[in-house]
Amino acid sequence: MSAQDDVAPAAGWTGAEQVEVLTFELSGELFALDAVRVQEIIDLAPETVVPGADPFAGSVINFRGKVIPLADLRVAFDLEIGAFTIDSRIVVIEIELDGEQTLVGLRTDKVHEVTTLERSASEAPPSVGMRWRPEFIQCLVKRKDEFIVVPALQAIFNQHQDARQPVASQTRH
Amino acid sequence: MSDDAIAVFQVEARENLELIEQGLLDLLDRPEDRDLVDAVFRGLHTLKGSGAMFGFDALAAFTHHCESAFERVRKDEVAATADLVSAVLAARDHMRRLMEDPSGDHAAAGDLLLADLERAVREAEAIAPTFAARPGMTTWRIRFDLPSNAFRNGVNPLALLAELRDLGEASVVADMSRVPPLNLIEPTDHYLAWDVLLTTDQGRAAIEDVFIFVMDDMTLEIEAVEDAACIEGGETEAAMVQPAAALADPMPNPATAPAVGDPVDVDVARPVRIAESVRVPADRLDELMDRVGELVIAQSRLGQIAHASADPLLRAVSEDIGRLSGELRDTMMVLRMVPVATLFGRFRRLIHDLARETGKAIELSTDGETTEIDKTVIERLADPLIHLIRNAADHGLEQPEDRVAAGKTETGSICLSAHQSGGEVVIVIRDDGRGIDRERVRAKAEAQGLIEPGAAISDHDLLQMIFHPGFSTAQAVTNLSGRGVGMDVVKRTIDSLRGSIDVASRPGEGSEVSLRIPLTLAIIDGLLVRVGQGRYVIPLSAVEECLELSLDEDRRSRGRSFISLRDRLVPFLRLRELFATGTPPELHQKVVVVSSGEERIGLVVDQIIGDHQTVIKSMSKLHASLSTFSGATILGDGGVALILDIANLVAMGQEQEAQMREAV
Repeated sequence: MSAQDDVAPAAGWTGAEQVEVLTFELSGELFALDAVRVQEIIDLAPETVVPGADPFAGSVINFRGKVIPLADLRVAFDLEIGAFTIDSRIVVIEIELDGEQTLVGLRTDKVHEVTTLERSASEAPPSVGMRWRPEFIQCLVKRKDEFIVVPALQAIFNQHQDARQPVASQTRH
Repeated sequence: MSDDAIAVFQVEARENLELIEQGLLDLLDRPEDRDLVDAVFRGLHTLKGSGAMFGFDALAAFTHHCESAFERVRKDEVAATADLVSAVLAARDHMRRLMEDPSGDHAAAGDLLLADLERAVREAEAIAPTFAARPGMTTWRIRFDLPSNAFRNGVNPLALLAELRDLGEASVVADMSRVPPLNLIEPTDHYLAWDVLLTTDQGRAAIEDVFIFVMDDMTLEIEAVEDAACIEGGETEAAMVQPAAALADPMPNPATAPAVGDPVDVDVARPVRIAESVRVPADRLDELMDRVGELVIAQSRLGQIAHASADPLLRAVSEDIGRLSGELRDTMMVLRMVPVATLFGRFRRLIHDLARETGKAIELSTDGETTEIDKTVIERLADPLIHLIRNAADHGLEQPEDRVAAGKTETGSICLSAHQSGGEVVIVIRDDGRGIDRERVRAKAEAQGLIEPGAAISDHDLLQMIFHPGFSTAQAVTNLSGRGVGMDVVKRTIDSLRGSIDVASRPGEGSEVSLRIPLTLAIIDGLLVRVGQGRYVIPLSAVEECLELSLDEDRRSRGRSFISLRDRLVPFLRLRELFATGTPPELHQKVVVVSSGEERIGLVVDQIIGDHQTVIKSMSKLHASLSTFSGATILGDGGVALILDIANLVAMGQEQEAQMREAV
C-alpha cells in the first residue's frame, strides 16, 4: 500500500482495480484512506500538547499504553480548523516513518464507512485549479455526484518529518 | 541438524571462544601457568569436537591445526612465547569468523594464520630450552570413579583404561562394591570404580591428561608409589576433584550430548560453576519489562482512585499493590543488570592489539568491575569506550622513550573504573600520557571557526571542543584513530543514553574522560510538575532541590533570570515561556534546581505535583528532533506527560546565561 502512495500523484491510482477504503469527513470534505492501514477508530482522548512541535503533529495521546502522535490533516491541507463535535473520532493508522512502522492518530470530524472504490472512477488531481497541494493527493475518486479525496499519506508524513530535519533526510526516498 | 541446535552450538562456541581469548591473554602475563595452558587446550579441543559434530567442518579442521600446535606447548615442547600466544589469538578470531559465517570463503586467510602460527611455534622451539629430562620409571597408583550418568554423557571407561595402558605397564582392578542386585540395575547407569597400578616413564601430567575431559566430573586420585608399600602423602590434593562438583554439574545440553561417538573427543563434562542460572532470551526480558511497566501505570491509577476514596479497605489494598509493584519493578531491574566486568573484559584484547600496533607498552588496570548496569546500556557503551581507549592509547600515551625522557615509567597505564553514584554509573577512562594539547585544540577550533581567534574561553569549554564533529587534533591520520569521527560519535551515543561526558586533562600527566550513564533506560523515578496546563516529568536523579519563587522575586529577576542560591548565581529557565503556554504565572511558582554534570540551572514551574514512577516511552520520529524532551510517560489518569531532557535544558540555560553576559 505504501507503494501506491509513493508513486507520483499524476499517475493517480496504480495497482489493483478495487481498493477497500475507510471514508471520513474533515472540514466538510470527504476523504478516504486505505482500510488496511487502519488499526482502530477511537473516541477523542485527552491530548498532551508537545511544545515546539510542528502543528501538523502538535500533540500526543495515550493509545493502549503507547504514546503516539496525533496528526491533523487539516493542517496539511490548510483546511479550516473547527471545534470538535460529538462525531469526532481518531483514526489510528500505521505509517512508515524513517524506516520504522509507527502508529499515528489522525483527527477526523466524522468517520463514515468502509467501502470499495473503483479504479475506473479515479482520476489524478488536476495540476491547476486545485486549492490544495497536488503532491499531497494520491487521486480523486468520483462517486455519485461527489469527489472523494485520497490523500498521499506517506508523502504528507515524509514532508512533515523532513521539515524538521532539513538536510540529510531529503534524499531518502 | 536443526537450526535450534546450531544456534545453541553457536552460543556455546561464542562463550568458549571468549574463554579461550581470556585464557590466552592471561597466558601473556603468566606464561608458566599450566592450568591456563590446559584451559586453552581444552577450549580448542571442545571447539574442534563440537564444530565437527555440528557440520562446521572448516572450523573443525582449522581448530585442529591450532590445537596440534598448542598441544606442543602443553607437552612442554615449546614455550608459550608472546608471539606464539598472539598467533593463537589471531587464529581464534579466525575461528570466530568460521563459526559465524561457515559458508564464506576463508581458506586463504586461514592458511596465512596457520603459516604464522607455525613460524611462531618454530621460533618458540628455538628459544625455549626443552623441558627438563623426563623422570625415570615411577609407579603410580590411580583410583578413579565416574558419576553414575557417565555413560549417558558419552564417557567410555574402556577407552580411558586403554589410554592408561598406552602409558606403560598397568594392572587394573575393578571395584564392584557398588553394583546393585540384577533386578535393580539401570542398564544405562555406571556403577564401577577402578584401581590401577601404572608403571611408566611419564609424569603425573600425562596421567591427568588421560582424564582431562572428564576430570571435572569425577573422582580421581593419583599417588606415586615409591615402594609397593610406601605411599607418599600430601600430593593428592592437586589431583583431587571434589565429588560435590560432579553432583553439581547440570544435565548436559541435549544438543551437545552425542548419542554415540568417541567419548574422548567430546567434552561433555563442562564445569559449570554457577549451578543455578537460567539462560533467557533478552526479548523475553524486554517483554516482561513492558508488562511490569503497564502494571506500574495501572497501579498508579489505582492509587489515585484509592486516594480519592474514603474506603479504608480499598486504600489498604492499593498500598499493598503499590508496594508489590515497586518491588517487582526493582527485581525486574536487577534481572536486567549485568556487571561491567563483561564490558571491561573485552578491552584486554583491545589493549593487547593496540600495544602491538603502536609499539607502546600499555598496561590496563580496571576497577569496580562488579558495578552493574542495564544490559542494553552496556551493549551501547561498548563502541564509545573502544573509541576512548583507542584515543588514550594512540594520542594520550607517549612512545616508551619519550616517557622515560619525561621521567615516567616505560609502560603507559590506562585505567578503567566504574562506580555507582545515585541513579547513575560513572565510568572513568584515565591514562597517564601527555595530556591534551590545549594550544592545538585552540588552533584547530579557531581554524574551524568554532571560537573567535584569541577569544577568552574557559579551560573546561576548550576541552569540550574535542567533541565537535570533525574535530581531531592528531596531525597524522593513524590506523587507530585520528580521523576525527571518534569523539563526536562518542558524545552522540552517550547523549542518546541520556548520559553525559566530561573530560579533564593535565599537561604531561594524562587525561581523564568521565561518562555518567543512567542505570536504566526503562523506568526512572521522576518528579511530576505542572507548567500551564501541561504536566512534565523531571528525572529525580537530576533534581538537586526545589525552591519557591514569589511573584516579587520573579518580577525583580526579570531581565536577568538568575537566582542566587547559597551565594552562587544559578541561571533559570521559565518553562512557561519556553513552552509558550500562554497562561499567567501562578502566585507561587517553584524553581526546580537540576544539574547535569557540573552545571546546574533552575527550571521555573507552576506547581510541583509529586514523585512519580516513570515508565519511559520513546517519542515517535515525528517528535524525535525536539531536544527539550527525552521521552514521554503515561500518568495514573491515562494522560501523557513529557519527560524533560535535562542535559539539553541545562545546555540551553547555560547558553542563555552566556548571551546575557555578553549583553551586559
